[in-house]
This record gives sequence, structure tokens and C-alpha cells, in this order.
Amino acid sequence: MTTQTPLTDAKSSDFQVNLSGRYKIDTIFAIATWSAIAISILVLVTLLLSVLIEGFPRLSWSFLTNFPSRKPEEAGLLSALAGTIWMMVTITAIAFPLGVGAGIYLEEFAKDSWLGRVIEININNLAGVPSIIYGLLGLQVFVRFMEPLTGGRSIISGALTLALLILPIIIVSTRESLRAIPDSLRQAGFALGATEWQVISRQVLPIAFPGILTGTILALSRAIGETAPLITIGALTFISFLPENLQSPFTVLPIQVYNWVSRPQQEFHVNSAAGIIVLMVVLLMMNGTAVLLRNKFQKQRG
Amino acid sequence: MTSDFSSSNSNLWQPNRQASKRVQFAVKTVFAIFALVSVATTIGIVLTLVFETFEFFREVSLWHFLTDTKWTPLFSSAQFGIFVLISATLMTSGIAILVALPLGLLAAICLSEYATAKTRAIIKPILEILAGVPTVVYGYFALLFVTPLLQTFIPVQGFNALSAGLVLGIMITPLVASLSEDAIYSVPQSLRDGSYALGATKRETIVSVILPAALSGIVSSVILAISRAIGETMIVTLAAGQNPRLGLNPLVPVMTMTAFIVQVSLGDTPAGSLAYKTIYAVGMTLFLITLALNIFSFWFVRRFREKYD
Amino acid sequence: MVSTNKSYVTTPEDLVTEAVLRAKDVNVYYGSNLAVRDVSLDIPYNQVVAFIGPSGCGKSTILRCFNRMNDLVASARVQGKITFHGQDLYGSGVDPVEMRRRIGMVFQKPNPFPKSIYDNVAFGARINGYTGDLDELVEDSLRKSALWDEVKDKLKDSGLALSGGQQQRLCIARAIAISPEVILMDEPCSALDPISTLKVEELIHELKQQYTIVIVTHNMQQASRVSDLTAFYNAEATETGGKVGYLVEYNRTEVIFQNPTQEATQAYVSGRFG
Repeated sequence: MTTQTPLTDAKSSDFQVNLSGRYKIDTIFAIATWSAIAISILVLVTLLLSVLIEGFPRLSWSFLTNFPSRKPEEAGLLSALAGTIWMMVTITAIAFPLGVGAGIYLEEFAKDSWLGRVIEININNLAGVPSIIYGLLGLQVFVRFMEPLTGGRSIISGALTLALLILPIIIVSTRESLRAIPDSLRQAGFALGATEWQVISRQVLPIAFPGILTGTILALSRAIGETAPLITIGALTFISFLPENLQSPFTVLPIQVYNWVSRPQQEFHVNSAAGIIVLMVVLLMMNGTAVLLRNKFQKQRG
Repeated sequence: MTSDFSSSNSNLWQPNRQASKRVQFAVKTVFAIFALVSVATTIGIVLTLVFETFEFFREVSLWHFLTDTKWTPLFSSAQFGIFVLISATLMTSGIAILVALPLGLLAAICLSEYATAKTRAIIKPILEILAGVPTVVYGYFALLFVTPLLQTFIPVQGFNALSAGLVLGIMITPLVASLSEDAIYSVPQSLRDGSYALGATKRETIVSVILPAALSGIVSSVILAISRAIGETMIVTLAAGQNPRLGLNPLVPVMTMTAFIVQVSLGDTPAGSLAYKTIYAVGMTLFLITLALNIFSFWFVRRFREKYD
Repeated sequence: MVSTNKSYVTTPEDLVTEAVLRAKDVNVYYGSNLAVRDVSLDIPYNQVVAFIGPSGCGKSTILRCFNRMNDLVASARVQGKITFHGQDLYGSGVDPVEMRRRIGMVFQKPNPFPKSIYDNVAFGARINGYTGDLDELVEDSLRKSALWDEVKDKLKDSGLALSGGQQQRLCIARAIAISPEVILMDEPCSALDPISTLKVEELIHELKQQYTIVIVTHNMQQASRVSDLTAFYNAEATETGGKVGYLVEYNRTEVIFQNPTQEATQAYVSGRFG
């Protein structure tokens, strides 16, 4: 057993491993990563606390049931709350069938087809478009172009704009829910002589439904918190009445909050903090529903 | 179809195949049309922007648009130097990414490599809450909490790019964190093993092996975050101000592209007026910048993605 | 098939004095499941030791105890004693990072880092504070792993651009660049084609001049071609429905393949199960 090495042969003594120094940097690095988490949480807590401390005392029944007013102490959220609920229903009515239908088409009918790929790339691109650009689209198409139908700066114009904004999210979550369902289930259906649609509607969709619903609610909560596209289509007006139909002018919670924040008077800032609390509670309820659905769904599958 | 397979009870089976097929065809067609709505949206956006921008440039020369040093479209002696708005957007987004890149990336590393499954299960929902906070709330926070806080130790004005940028950074941190975490988490365990087997410490493994392996995913998450920051509206409108000003001083009020669109939208601007066309020209600029970022990110991921099987 | 429940045959007597690594009554648990039990064997200096046995017999698990890779699996727990040059590998005075520099490892699937060929080889040396000439070390390691001639003109290319066989030799070069005393190989050829396998086997022959090698393999021919000693592991079902591995027989390779003392070994090497 002779050792022949023509070239230099590194020996253990050629290494200065310096473990203590390396471990010191390791510790600093680990602390830095934990600090990043801590800072994020701290900021969230600060944000929530600053809003709560400022706005909580202002919350009252009359705050929810009063119309906006030039006097801060009389101003309330009624029209904004009503507008948000109108928007919620209208956006769902538009975006849910469109998004789920498109998701089913892309995942079940047009998988790997030419058209499917084009639409997929397109959806990825849409996800990167700033929301205010959707506002510009809505302003031109729904407010101006289709004014005779939509009534201009109305609930339906706003709902259509936001529906387009969240459509990609619903499509993607629908596709993911459908993808999670094993192919064996579909094949079992085909083997019994069912058409594609019979298999989808009777076997696949019922199982995928909770997942689709979760994705839709999350998308909807995104829409409910949006402000910029609605300002762009001109929804920021003084609304002291309740919407009567889809062509009514409207305001929503985030816009009312924006309105109050941008006033110089401190009293309106208090109102805006209280408005934020209401908005966050609405969003929390929606997200909570989504999480509950998701957990239930996962338990069923597990 | 029936005779060959005839059996004693074949007449019990009378499926309405024709009807089923018709339903299938109808459903498929309708859903295809639904899917095309997303394509129509893109076309609608592009057509709207192109049309109004074209109208805009019939009144304002592209040269002035690119070289003017003032942005005063609503004045009688109107000037249209888009770089006035772009500089403000770059400044707020730049500050934002200076906050979000270290914070988001370190948080992603922590979640993927240091946190136990239990801790992850607690922290991830918190980051999701942070990501789900409406931007108008962040705007409130920037204007009424961060700016007064900053004012206690640096001379910032009531509206400034710094506080808008900082809060913008907080807003996009969860995006960087969650997408980067996906990329880091999906680096195969075999690479980690290979590094540890060579006598690397955890930090050395993360910095020298895992992060380079996850680079394409991390870069695309950062670009997506930048593009989100550039297009963000409410924080900058509320906290950065409405003063078009060329330059990169973060302590004074400025006006971003999105803030200008909001400013015009707040007034009553009749269609066909120059101001109306101007918001589309600004929107087009915004759209092109974010599109360029998306294309770059797409290209980068394709070019630098490491393939592991 | 009657298999004995006790692995009473351990290290050949005449080799004991030169042991680099020594396992004594080692049990490995994953969570509360016992994965391997009662392993005792010695790895002698500058020999190639092959671990063979059916899948699930714990041969890779034992291999990973020798450089404490099991530390990285939160649920893993090692009982018993493993010594490296007489020092307790799991003792409080041993740092796994320092220890792994001295006991290298090559994995089942080639796992080059997403870096250049040069940086792959230099990685371990850089982090471990190598004080010599890095260029020379890289060239030397690549020569020893029989890869130099194929890559000398493209050291800046990504390690991932190489073929599977080249990647595995790159991983071997990476391992020997930090001059370990022992190289652990976990089925290093299972993902390679026959020609690449042959090259790696030739390489093992070369390397045993300088290194102690422990190789886990599924392939009995490979074990008989490359190793001086062979340890045969088997698995038995537990009452709870799991599987627990144990060492059946350990001896010179020719004895294991031609004249094993255990019936199970005979059955396995003649291809009757596994």
C-alpha cells in the first residue's frame, strides 16, 4: 500500500478551520433572520394598536348608522357599509361564475392546448398589472363607453372593474383545487360511460368546491380592500344616501377611510381609524370563513 | 350500437347520449368564452391605454414628455415632464425595496431554515395578515403614525417620500418573504446534505449553497415586489404628497405617477380633455414599466433556473 | 428462509487493531421506531468496506451515523457508541462540522452545487480555511477523481452542465479536496449508466491507496469488485408491522461471497432474495 501522489496533497494541517469564529457569524446570522420576523410582527402589532387606540373610542352604533357628514362627530359609515355590501354581492355574482367557468375550462377541457397556454400566459401577465390600471380601463369602458347601460360611476361599473381585477386569482385557485383531485376519480367516471361534463359536474366539482370557495372569498377580500381603481372610476363623491340599484352612485369603506384620512382635521383622522377597524373586521370575517373552509376541506381529504 | 351488445335487459338502459353531448358542447363553449374574458381584459387595457395615449401625443410632443423638467399639466402654461413623476415613483419604490429585500429575504430564510414546523405554522398566518391589510390602511399608518414618528428625529415634512417608501416596504415584505420562502424551501435536501457533508455550518450552507440555488425564485419575487411598489397608489397618494418635483430628496413632498392619476380622478375631468388624456399617458408609462419588469423577471427565471430532477 | 436474530459475527480479528471507525452496539431510532439495531463493526484503515443487503435493512442509516448526517434529521436518535480513532464521535468534545471535514461523503444522486466546476471543488476548502494554493488543490482533486482531462478547459462552467457520471466524479473530487481520512459513499452508482459506473469503480480502486472508503451498494457484483470487506445487513419485521435492520455477517469480501457462515448471507449473495 504505497501512496503515490504526483501533485500537492492537502493535509489536515493545511486547514485552519476556525470553528469558533464561524459559529459566531452563524449565531449573528440566525439572530438577524429572527429579527426580521420580529420586526415584521412588531410593525403589524404597532399598526393595529395605533389604529385601535385612535379609533376604538369612536366606535358606536350611530357611527355605523349615520351618513357621512361635514361635522366629524356626526359622520358615520352607513352609506360606505351599504356600498361595500352591494359591491360584495355584485362582484361575486360576476366574478364567481366567470372565474370558476374559466378555471374549469382551462384545467379540464383545454389542458395543454394552444388556447389554454395563451390564456395562462395572459393571466400571469394580468397578475402583474397595477390595480390602478384596471381603474383606467373601468373608467374608459364601463363608465364612459357603456354609460347608457351602467349609469356611469355606478355600483355596476365599480363591480365590473374589481371583478376583472380579481378574476385571475379566482381562475388560478379554481385550477389548483381541480388539480388536487386525483385523475383516478375522473377515469372512474369515464369508465362508467359519462361525458366529461357529467364527470366534472357530478364527481369533480363537489369535491373541489370548498377549495374554490376558499379561493373566491380570499379574492373577494382583496377586492373589498381596494381603493385605487374605484377612485379612478370616480367613486369618490359625497354620498349621503343608500344605493337603490346597480346604477346608483356609491361609496365603499376604503374610500370613506381615504376621504377621512386626507382631511386635515384631527377629528376626521379619528373617524378614519374607526372606519379602518370596521373595514378590518369585515375582512377578518371573510378571511376567517375562508380559513375555516380550508381547514374543513383539508380534514376531509386527509 | 345496441344490437351487438344485446343482452336480456338491454332495454333497461336508454341513456340520452345526444342530449348529454349537447350539454357538454354548450358548457364547453360558454366556459371557453369565460376564459377569453381574461384575454379581452388584456386587450381592453392595451387598447384603452394606446388609444388615449395616442390622442395625448397629438397635443403634446413625445420630446417634451421626456425632457421637460416640470410637471404642470393642469396649469395654463402646461408642462409634461414625465420624469418628474417617475423620479418620485423610483424614490418611493427604491426605499421600499431597501426595506423589503433584507427584511423579506431574512424572514424567508428564517421560516424555511430556522423555524420549526410549529413556529412556521404561527408566523406564516401573521405574514398573511400583513399581506392582506388594505393599502389605504397602510396609507393611514404612513401619514398619521410613521411621519410624526420620523419628525421627532429627522426634519421631514408632513408629506414625504421617506415615510411612504418605508411603509410601502413593509407592505411588500410579506410578498418577498412568502415567494422567496417557496424558492428556498424547494431547494432539494440533497444540496443541503452535500454542503453539510463537506463540513459547512448552517449559515455557510444557506449563504453559499441554498441562496444561489434559489436565486431565480428570489429575484423573481423581488421584481414582483418592485412592480407592486411602483403600481401602489394609496400609500404614496396619502403620505408622499401631491407636489410634482424633480429630484431625489426623500424628505419633501413629491408626486408619483399613481398619485397624479388619483389627483386628476378626484376632480371632475371631462372625457376628451387634455387632463383626461394625460392620466392615460401616465397610466401607459406605468403599464410599460411594470410590463418590462415582468418580462425581465420571466426571462431571468428561464435563464437562471437550476433544473433539479 | 431462516435468519438468525443475532448478529454475532463481527469484525475479522486480525483487522481490529487498525480500525479508523468503530461501531459498538449501535441502535438508530426515527422517532420511536427502531430502524437498525445492535450494529457492531470496525472499519479498518485504508480498506474498502461494502455494506450490502436488501432495501430497508438500514445500511444507509448506519453509513450516515459515521459522519453524523442523522443529526440533520430532527427525529433521528443514535444509541450506542461510534468511535473515530478511538474518540467518541457523538461525544461532547466532537463538533460535527469539524468532524465532517475529516469524514467525507458521496451521495446516491450526484448533487453538485449550482456553481462552477471550480467553485464546487473549492467550496469545502474555502469554508474550512484552506491555506494552500487553491488552484493546485482543485486540479489535484479533479485529477484524483479522473475528471481533470474532461473539464480542464471549462472550469468556469456550471457543475450542473456535466453528465450524470461526470457530476458524480465532481462530487468525489469535491469530497477529497478537503482531504478527509474516510469517504462514505451511499450507493454512488445507483443513478449512473454502466460506463460511468465502471469509471467510478476504477476511481474507488485508485482512492483506496489514500483513503478509507465505506460504500453502500445494492449491487452485489459491485461489492465483490471494489471491496476488501463486506458487511451484510438484513431486515426483519417487527411486531408493530415495521422493519428493523441488523448486521448479519461481516468478513472479508471473498468469504462473504464464497463461504459465508450465515444461511441468510448465502441466500442473499446467491440471489435468492433481496
